[in-house]
Amino acid sequence: MNTDQKALQELLFQLADDDFILAYRGSEWLGLAPHIEEDVAFSSMSQDTMGHAVMFYEMLEELGAGTADDLAQLRKPQDFRNAVLVERPNGTGHYMEQPNYDWAYAVARTYLYELFKWVRLEALMSSSYQPLVQISRKMMTELRYHLMHWQTWTKHLAGGGQESRDRLQAAIAQVCQDIEGLFSFGPHADAIVAAGLIADASTLKARWLEKASDALAKNGLALPDAFPAPSHDGRAGEHTEQLADVLNTLSEVYRLDPAAAW
Amino acid sequence: MTEETLWSLLQEVKDPEIPAISLVEMGMVNKAVVEDGIVRIEVLPTFVGCPALEIMKRNISEIVGAAEGVKEVHVQFVFEPAWTSDRISEVGREKLKTFGIAPPPDLLQIEESFEAACPFCGSSQTRLDNLFGPAACRSILYCESCKNPFEAMKPV
Ligand SMILES: [Zn+2]
Repeated sequence: MNTDQKALQELLFQLADDDFILAYRGSEWLGLAPHIEEDVAFSSMSQDTMGHAVMFYEMLEELGAGTADDLAQLRKPQDFRNAVLVERPNGTGHYMEQPNYDWAYAVARTYLYELFKWVRLEALMSSSYQPLVQISRKMMTELRYHLMHWQTWTKHLAGGGQESRDRLQAAIAQVCQDIEGLFSFGPHADAIVAAGLIADASTLKARWLEKASDALAKNGLALPDAFPAPSHDGRAGEHTEQLADVLNTLSEVYRLDPAAAW
Repeated sequence: MTEETLWSLLQEVKDPEIPAISLVEMGMVNKAVVEDGIVRIEVLPTFVGCPALEIMKRNISEIVGAAEGVKEVHVQFVFEPAWTSDRISEVGREKLKTFGIAPPPDLLQIEESFEAACPFCGSSQTRLDNLFGPAACRSILYCESCKNPFEAMKPV
């Protein structure tokens, strides 16, 4: 594989794995969201996000990286390229047992991630790889509704009294502990940018900062002044124990019989 | 088989989630060509992760494949051009209404949110209850006039 091909595959794994793992975390909220309408909405958005991951895995399949199902279900944690932010658990406990999930964290994480995704897709619209240009335009039309939804929640929680507001602000600070990991393109960053696949990481970060600050400022909230270096570089395959846990659950059925027809 | 016959067969393929309307009326068929019994059809997905896509593909293959003189049917999903809700035909929009779903408003009319007239009584006194309905492509609204909840296709 030459440098350009390697760069393209690395970028596609980042795009696919970010969406795949976050969609899984979102799906863990099923039945636990604050009300039934939110259950429907969050599940619908997680389904969109999972669908986007599938598209990226299928692009990898076309490049000969393996079948989309195998890429999603059979890789080891160290082969995943998602940022650590998306693998963080929803709270303490397990969805089957005492799920002490934090709704403020769900709102903050999903909103700040999806604002980043918007900026990243916008940059992909000028990618040198044509399939990414076409798909990102389509994905943005869907993502737009997610952003409207999370803006509504942000407004709701920010205006919902002192405790609600404090908890949301604390959740934003917690998300920002990991946010820097999103802006990394990993060890192949130079080749990814040199191939014209996407704008460089600092450009994306500057655009995200502007969008995220505006979105929060509308509700009297703010981003922290500085973001720490990430604890693990997910783009280099460094992950927390939580990712192994996610993958075990996700692929439990698939691993029983990878040859089964679905 | 002529292309005209092919298009009329495609008119028989309905949206699995809204059986009142065909894929043609939804504006989802981008191209349909036939050459020496080999049919090639390009379909534009409404939503990237729509779970009904595989069902549509199968239904197209079954209906078109059963026609006389057809040897192979190839269905491909493409994103160029992108499907937009403005592609739904006038007939399609009327059929959506009879199914109780408000057709999507014009794309240019939406900013932060969108409005749609009630498919039952036609009133524009409606409010958006939930952007996300039973399928990714629909929202849930409520009519203040006839007091009915209804679904609307999202403008995308
Ligand atoms: Zn009405």
